[in-house]
Amino acid sequence: MKEISTDVVVIGGGPAGLASALRAGELGANVVLIERDFELGGILNQCIHTGFGLSLLGIEMTGPEYAETFIEKLISLSNINVLLSTMVLDIKDKVVYGVNRRDGVIAVKTEAIVLAMGCRERTRGALGIPGERPAGIFTAGSAQRLINIEGLMPGKRIVILGSGDIGMIMARRLFLEGAEVLGVLEKLPYPGGLTRNVVQCLEDFDIPLYLNHTISEIKGRYRVEGVVAENLLTKKRFSVDVDTILLSVGLIPENELSKKIGVQLDPRTGGPVVDQYRETNIDGVFACGNVLQVHDLVDEVTREAYIAGEGAVNYISRKRRVERIIQIKAGENVRYVVPQRLSLPIDTPPYIYFRPQEPFKNCQILGKIDGKEFLLGSYEYARPGEMIKIRLKRELLDSNLDIEVSLIGEKE
Amino acid sequence: MEGGSKTQSGMDKELDVLIIGGGIIGTAIARELARYKLEVALVEKEADVGWGTTKANSAIVHTGYDPKPGTLMAKLNVEGARLYPSICEELDVPYKRIGSLVLTPSEEGFKTLEQLKERGKINGVIDLEIITQDRLLELEPNISKDIKGALFVRDTAITSPVELAIAFRENAEKNGVRFILDTTVIGFEIEDRKIKLIKTDKGYLRAKWVINSAGIYSDEIARLAGDDSFTITSVKGEYALFDKEVGDIVNHVIFPLPTETSKGILVLPTVDGNLLVGPNEHITTKEDTNVTEEGLTEILSFAKREIPSLPMNMIITVFAGLRAKELKRNDFVIEPSPLVENLINVGGIQSPGLSSAPGIAIYVTEILKDKGVKLLQNPKFIPERKAIRRFANLSWEERSKLIAEDPNYGEIICRCEYVTVGEVMEAVRRGANTLDGIKFRTRAGSGRCQGGFCGPRLIPLLSQLLEVSPEEITKKGKGSKLVIGETKR
Repeated sequence: MKEISTDVVVIGGGPAGLASALRAGELGANVVLIERDFELGGILNQCIHTGFGLSLLGIEMTGPEYAETFIEKLISLSNINVLLSTMVLDIKDKVVYGVNRRDGVIAVKTEAIVLAMGCRERTRGALGIPGERPAGIFTAGSAQRLINIEGLMPGKRIVILGSGDIGMIMARRLFLEGAEVLGVLEKLPYPGGLTRNVVQCLEDFDIPLYLNHTISEIKGRYRVEGVVAENLLTKKRFSVDVDTILLSVGLIPENELSKKIGVQLDPRTGGPVVDQYRETNIDGVFACGNVLQVHDLVDEVTREAYIAGEGAVNYISRKRRVERIIQIKAGENVRYVVPQRLSLPIDTPPYIYFRPQEPFKNCQILGKIDGKEFLLGSYEYARPGEMIKIRLKRELLDSNLDIEVSLIGEKE
Repeated sequence: MEGGSKTQSGMDKELDVLIIGGGIIGTAIARELARYKLEVALVEKEADVGWGTTKANSAIVHTGYDPKPGTLMAKLNVEGARLYPSICEELDVPYKRIGSLVLTPSEEGFKTLEQLKERGKINGVIDLEIITQDRLLELEPNISKDIKGALFVRDTAITSPVELAIAFRENAEKNGVRFILDTTVIGFEIEDRKIKLIKTDKGYLRAKWVINSAGIYSDEIARLAGDDSFTITSVKGEYALFDKEVGDIVNHVIFPLPTETSKGILVLPTVDGNLLVGPNEHITTKEDTNVTEEGLTEILSFAKREIPSLPMNMIITVFAGLRAKELKRNDFVIEPSPLVENLINVGGIQSPGLSSAPGIAIYVTEILKDKGVKLLQNPKFIPERKAIRRFANLSWEERSKLIAEDPNYGEIICRCEYVTVGEVMEAVRRGANTLDGIKFRTRAGSGRCQGGFCGPRLIPLLSQLLEVSPEEITKKGKGSKLVIGETKR
């Protein structure tokens, strides 16, 4: 077993891992970044569409281009050691165990850990979609990898279940590759992903979006031969002949490693419970990116990862001062809030991230403490598919009392 | 590629025995016959063994307390269960003696438990104990407080049926049995009430004896030879498989009170650490392995009554299997055909078929002996077979050593089950040529992401290892191609 030691181990070399490693490295820490694929970038590598970087860097780029801007900076720092094609299998007492072809088993002893493993896609089995189990059923991300990395086409006639962002992006991608995309079925009355994707990926290509619809049966014993789609309001069913089904029905933060070391998870986000530094309940273990909460935009992943990277360095250098901890609770119409707690005192009020329970219009975001309400911001629209980021108010941080964040507005 | 014989070319010589059907029964018979100096082949319509009833059942080795005394089921189950530990050891297949509990929700139910216990005694099953609620909750803290007590069967075990079928095949092949896969028997040429020629979709085969272990299709095979002495009814059972994280919600196989025809809907851990719930029981066609919404609701709501904390959001996949039942006899049909002299039917192998498989294999061999087949010991017979080494189950030291020997074991391809490229390569060496073939041999794709991560990586890897284009790679043989070609360039 090869043994090395470092200040910070970052697990995962996608956008969250890249930015947190970079920030920790820039602040002078020795960093080991562990990536299971043969290259850095994570899912960005298969996201060859544009839309990345506009908010953070002011230019719109493709996924690989966005990743490259970080990779270039990162490899120029000699205190960041990158282990590629290395899979982390276990963590025990701040020792991270991985395997790769070159070193065999490698044990990295560290002071701080940044969890940046990302998320996985929800599967057909998890939804219990009835029918046979033939070839031709892919999660949207798997299909994206097949097409954009392996250069292989999954099928000719496609139906997509779920209107998550990857599903809509893949509808357009498959259309451009010459496949017939017969529609996107969404069980909710509103789309799951960003409005910009509904417009740019579906409407612009005349791909129909069927709201309130699901797949009630999959046909075909060996390869998909068709689906029965069902309107959940009218119960009307219709058959569609397709050879391929793509699923874009949700992402699940991948916290199997986190659980092994006792990290407390928030059942609403599926990710760890963290404070504003993105530190989990385990001392010196931080989390950022989609392993913490599923984001819509990579720019926000990067921002969150910078916070975690800096948090890890401050942890090592004992720069933090925590006198009291308060909770931030999800109140009325709010699905969850990240961070879930605050370590006080704090210089500037931090941003919080959350999603509404349902679509709303003309809404106000309120921070409540001790019966008093403070307006944090107003929005024309608030939708579950679009994460809201808003700064807390100074007044909310002065006492030892918990904060509740709620949303009031008209149902859309 | 070793293993999988391709065609009948080279099969000019008359076989002593041809086995039709490569499920747990056919492969067990093949391995049993490999002990003797016989020319044996097995023909299977799918691309691999164990893909019918074998791959979708509860994976339990029952002790044999349950079948009606005097039946073949009772005799062969007890016999099979006795043989299991040594067979699984010889063939390096998982076998865990975890015990089972038959629950009663009412005081009256204790009468049924007493009857089962008595039945067990008659069948030769010892170590059955009726326990009350206190003891039950000690053994299974997650069981509903509404359950009054249980029959505790210490010797009930769980195994991995497809792995066992694969192990039977590998061991039988090593000892000279030929496996003709992806080949369907479509008819027979009969002369003087004897099978002269076996017609398949790939050509002809000749054999002195034909063993019909075609599972759900065994009545159809018999009818092709003019034998309509039994009828198979296809009875579907639906299952839900849960994440390993909740695999320990129960420690034993949990049965409800049985009915005359069924053991009911179960909750049990699998040998790989998952939790399995099912099956229900619905008569259907031979092709229907559809999972239905109603069926899932049925099994899950039933299980939830016994285990109230069953976490529905932890289901990773759902599936259905078919039981081959001979409803008139309600017993196994293992006998020489009454109408065709050199045909032996092995049909109606419903539960406890898996438990009985080793017993059935010996029983069929004895039928051949009674019919005058000379069974000379094969002096070169090797009883042992080693499984593919599971990287996930090794210690750090063993892992280091293995990677040093072969770096392919240092590359994880299935992130959920920690399966390495080395294991996939070994599976291909042993005859896997489909995604499901890889899955059943290595567990790649059977974890919580259900192949979302490894699937797109396995297609190019298999294409490279099998030296065919990616379009030729299938999920489960003919008609199940995964991709249609390359993207625009």
